[in-house]
Amino acid sequence: MNNNDPKGIPQTTPRMSATFTRDVNSDIRRAAATGIYDIRGGGAKRKLPSFDDLLFMGASISRYPLEGYREKCETSVTIGGLHAENPIELDIPITIAGMSFGALSGPAKEALGRGASAAGTSTTTGDGGMTPEERTHSTKLVYQYLPSRYGMNPNDLRKADAIEIVVGQGAKPGGGGMLLGQKISDRVAAMRNLPKGIDQRSACRHPDWTGPDDLEIKILELREITGWKVPIYVKVAGARPYYDTTLAVKAGADAVVLDGMQGGTAATQDVFIEHVGQPTLAIVRPAVQALQDLGMHRKVQLILSGGIRSGADVAKAMALGADAVAIGTAALIALGDNDPKWEAEYNALGTTAGAYDDWHEGKDPAGITTQDPELMARFDPVEGGRRLRNYLKVMTLEAQTIARACGKNHLHNLEPEDLVALTMEAAAMAQVPLAGTNWYPGKPGTTY
Amino acid sequence: MQTIDLSKVGLRETNKMLQAQSAETNQTSWEIVNPRGSHAIACGLNAPIEVTIKGSTGYYCAGMNQQATVNIHGSAGPGTGENIMSGKIVIEGDASQYLGATGQGGLIVVKGNASSRCGISMKGVNIVVQGSIGHMSAFMGQSGNLVVCGDAGDALGDSCYEARFFVRGKVKSLGADCIKKDMREEHITFLRGLLDEAGIDADPSEFTRYGSARKLYNFHVDNAGAY
Repeated sequence: MNNNDPKGIPQTTPRMSATFTRDVNSDIRRAAATGIYDIRGGGAKRKLPSFDDLLFMGASISRYPLEGYREKCETSVTIGGLHAENPIELDIPITIAGMSFGALSGPAKEALGRGASAAGTSTTTGDGGMTPEERTHSTKLVYQYLPSRYGMNPNDLRKADAIEIVVGQGAKPGGGGMLLGQKISDRVAAMRNLPKGIDQRSACRHPDWTGPDDLEIKILELREITGWKVPIYVKVAGARPYYDTTLAVKAGADAVVLDGMQGGTAATQDVFIEHVGQPTLAIVRPAVQALQDLGMHRKVQLILSGGIRSGADVAKAMALGADAVAIGTAALIALGDNDPKWEAEYNALGTTAGAYDDWHEGKDPAGITTQDPELMARFDPVEGGRRLRNYLKVMTLEAQTIARACGKNHLHNLEPEDLVALTMEAAAMAQVPLAGTNWYPGKPGTTY
Repeated sequence: MQTIDLSKVGLRETNKMLQAQSAETNQTSWEIVNPRGSHAIACGLNAPIEVTIKGSTGYYCAGMNQQATVNIHGSAGPGTGENIMSGKIVIEGDASQYLGATGQGGLIVVKGNASSRCGISMKGVNIVVQGSIGHMSAFMGQSGNLVVCGDAGDALGDSCYEARFFVRGKVKSLGADCIKKDMREEHITFLRGLLDEAGIDADPSEFTRYGSARKLYNFHVDNAGAY
């Protein structure tokens, strides 16, 4: 406690509680003032075990590297070859995750399509149906099949290059969607068949199936409607990755999309984002193990998402057994979201560039997560697409650099043996040795 | 009349034939025999053809239907007519759960009863049930009309938006934000037309109308317990 003793006894410094931090106290005051939980966009902001806790070892006497500028390191990936007549062929294993028209503006969706197409990869619709902007500008478009079924129709379904049945999302395993009234413009309302300006709630469960046996029949129906032509992905949150992957494969999925808790959302309760789900690092190995146990690793593709930011993250995900990754938040940042050039406007909204997460309010100064015509006009989809393409290219080059250093001529050839962990937690989750040891938690040590 | 023996032709070839029909097809009348409860029969159709299925069907029969008329001479499994866009589905027997889920247009007629979650998340479809319907029907119904000549189970129209419900018999309970509404002349006229279209003989003035109180459209903390 503070002492202001007139006798001159030294004063203790003010000490903040580790339990009642400034953040916690502000949460309490906000709750007391409003009576409603905090809703925000983005993924988990808390410090979590992550790919940053892993390192590649690179080449040595026993492993020789590939020459960076002369020897090829392939990056292509085929997704959905198990059942689909037309699997998706991507030049790079970095895809754009599902984000809705409604949460994002039409020009932002267009930019995602432009950037992804220029980089040779796919983009994905979201909880608002397929817009002409993104279909036109995406050479490979994955159509999300969500519980709300907003804008769902068989004509768009047949225009898709793949279908992604969304069971869960890393930011909110077991949660539905939300789009506040400010963003329900005439166009968004019409696409979703809802009154304008309402706070739209999306269901957390599909309306016409529950459980893995039903899912198998739902997949059959979607294949029958689309003539068995396109791959069907199943997207699950990183909740129970071993069993969810097993059940998705059993139900007939061509690919499993696995989303960790760093994965973003357009609008969800902060308590949900921060306290439900598992870190992306922790969910890869159980999912890969499930595929291996079924003899389906590399036959059913695993697409990992949730806080992927760099070529190093891509390489680490693939070394742990993923076939590809998906990015959402990182793609928005590449487009210009949270750019410091809008700092004055972020300040006016009570935040700062990099921390802005009220995407649901539709006031995004960068004109990306909004339906406000004036704000949207700030965003140039051609320039945005170019920036995204550049970013995807850089991530790919970074991943190739690492793979070559590990002596791999394809990103898929990266393996857990290329990695060490910096922390006990990461060692346990990734099942790679703690740096400087030959051991990870759960594995008995061996002699050299 | 084209007759397909599903047990011999198989699901894929059957659906392929039906889906290949165009708006100008001369082969407008189809019959499917031996359905044996198979799933996804006659789904994804998009032509003005009439398909009659002689027997009971499994999940998602006539799913995402456009333009076609599909008659089921038996009972229908879960999710029949899910996301129907247009056209008509007539079920002579009973319908299982999720009938017409997320349907965006067209008409579904059930001569028997429909199970739980009938018309869940409906977005424009009209559903007419000659018998009764189960619990949580029209949950989150957005638009369209659900007509029930018998009774409705628990939590009718829970969290509904602009969908309308007409029930002749008893409603066990109404869901959150669903209320009884006046049956004005315009509703009686509308209902008479819909019953005629469905081929069901019932007096529209005997029905009660239900719909959204619109109190949950925008979040208010004092309504938190209702969600």
